[in-house]
Amino acid sequence: MQIYLPIAEVSVNAFTLMGLGGLVGVMSGLFGVGGGFLITPLLFFIGIPPAIAVATGANQVVASSVSGVLAHMKRKTVDFRMGGVLLGGGLIGSGLGVFVFNILQRVGQVELVVQLCYVVFLGLIGGMMLQESLRALRRARHPTGRKRLHQHNWVHRMPFKVKFRTSGLYISVIPPLLVGVAVGVLAAIMGVGGGFIMVPAMIYLLGMPTKVVVGTSLFQITFVTAFTTLMHAINYNTVDVMLALLLIVGGVIGAQIGTTLGAKLRAEQLRILLALLVLAVCGKLALDLFLMPEDVYSIVVRGQ
Amino acid sequence: MVMRLAALCLLTLLPTALLAQSSGSLLPADPDANLPVQRDAYPLFPDPGRPRSAIPENQGEPAEQVVAGLSDNSVSITTSFDGSEILIYGAIRREVPIPDDQLDVIVTVEAPSQPLTVWRKQRRFGIWVNTERVEVGAAPSYYAVASTAPLDQILLPGWDSRYRISLSQALRAFSGAPEVQDVTAFTEAMIRLRENDGHYRLDEAGVELAEDTLFRADIRLPANLLEGDYKTRIFLLRDGQVVDVHRAAIQVRKVGLERWLYNLAYDQPMLYGLMSLAVAVFAGWGASAAFRKLRRA
Repeated sequence: MQIYLPIAEVSVNAFTLMGLGGLVGVMSGLFGVGGGFLITPLLFFIGIPPAIAVATGANQVVASSVSGVLAHMKRKTVDFRMGGVLLGGGLIGSGLGVFVFNILQRVGQVELVVQLCYVVFLGLIGGMMLQESLRALRRARHPTGRKRLHQHNWVHRMPFKVKFRTSGLYISVIPPLLVGVAVGVLAAIMGVGGGFIMVPAMIYLLGMPTKVVVGTSLFQITFVTAFTTLMHAINYNTVDVMLALLLIVGGVIGAQIGTTLGAKLRAEQLRILLALLVLAVCGKLALDLFLMPEDVYSIVVRGQ
Repeated sequence: MVMRLAALCLLTLLPTALLAQSSGSLLPADPDANLPVQRDAYPLFPDPGRPRSAIPENQGEPAEQVVAGLSDNSVSITTSFDGSEILIYGAIRREVPIPDDQLDVIVTVEAPSQPLTVWRKQRRFGIWVNTERVEVGAAPSYYAVASTAPLDQILLPGWDSRYRISLSQALRAFSGAPEVQDVTAFTEAMIRLRENDGHYRLDEAGVELAEDTLFRADIRLPANLLEGDYKTRIFLLRDGQVVDVHRAAIQVRKVGLERWLYNLAYDQPMLYGLMSLAVAVFAGWGASAAFRKLRRA
């Protein structure tokens, strides 16, 4: 069933879009990532103009993360205080990121910088997560004494300490705020919610328990992507609500399936799966950069 | 040369036209005649700096005229829009008996233009990077040419550049000075890319001509169509020269829901953005609630 998108001004198959949304929704519920890092490149691939893919992707992420965060709230696995601090940082970072994005656009190398960002970040995070989870699996098989709750590192020696009861943490607000800012900057530049960076940062940097990480990250993503969607709609008219709706219909169903699946799988297995997924996307993007493109020429329509 | 001779003949036959020519309001001769020719720099494409001269048409009642119709004067883009086929048909009206020489018809359909940038990638430090670009000031988002025979056999280059009929001629001027030496490679790449995705079409057997009088052409419009007035031109040719031109416009418009959403997005962006968010939040909440019910049942 072909459908004509009013803002993107292209005709696409409705079921393809719903399937895409569903796939990303499962990721969202399972891993607590918004799925923006998957949906945006996939939309480019089916011929949606990049600016519209980024903005509409953000809108779709709002829906899937609302759906996910509600499911997590029912299970009381959202740390609202931590989420609030991350969100504060995220909005500051998002503002900064839009500024950087404008500079890049003037230089004319946005596409390359975005792709390089993806390759570097996804590669680093995927590699780190895979290594860590494999070690954790091995440790689980050969238990050696009582495990500590979490490692104490430099994060715990900073001032302005706050109790994050749901996470069982008593740490300074500065690290989570900085994580929020960093994620906000990257979110604005790469057109994603930033969950795939935030989740590892929360686990390895802040030492939050995996159980709380997913819900809290979804909570922050909901608000950051809502802010991004609104900014895009007002400044650039690039949100296609018809496209978003089709992605959402698939996405919300997928997110519920993902959340249910997530409750049944073990945390280590979940982390290995996410690590492999992140590495796969990284590999695909790296290939695009290094291999000879099909056509060295490309056409970009400039805004009127 | 042939054209200039033809123009001279025409002028001697019509003394009134000669008068008008001196005042500069009519330009029946080769449009390049009184302008510096820069063909060497851009062999295929129009000179960027040259203003487009207005060309008077159908002066002095040509012996043969096009009478044409369109199957649709307007194309409505609905939610389920999936491309459209337009039938352009017509006849040739003449006061004289049918001349012996070859008669040909060319039909063009041109969509509104957009400014474009054509990029070329090069390998730098092992990765492929956009390095060179040519900015095209205005290129039609869709352009179709249909004819009774291959264009190079029925259309003289001078007449092509005057009416900008062929694809390479239909592309407008480049904006600003190009950064690269070889602009032609870029414009050719642009035509190739757009031919591959169906936005530029050349069908050299697309017009059927019957009894040297009746003609028809079927033009396929793609699914991803831009809004606007699509200029349709029908050229009547003899000996490679344009005898008559007929113009019509096809209006391509979004209707219904498409129209409403588009207008809202551009006129009330704040409201539109909030609506998009509301749709997202409601869908997210709705799915969550529905699944809870399902699990309980």
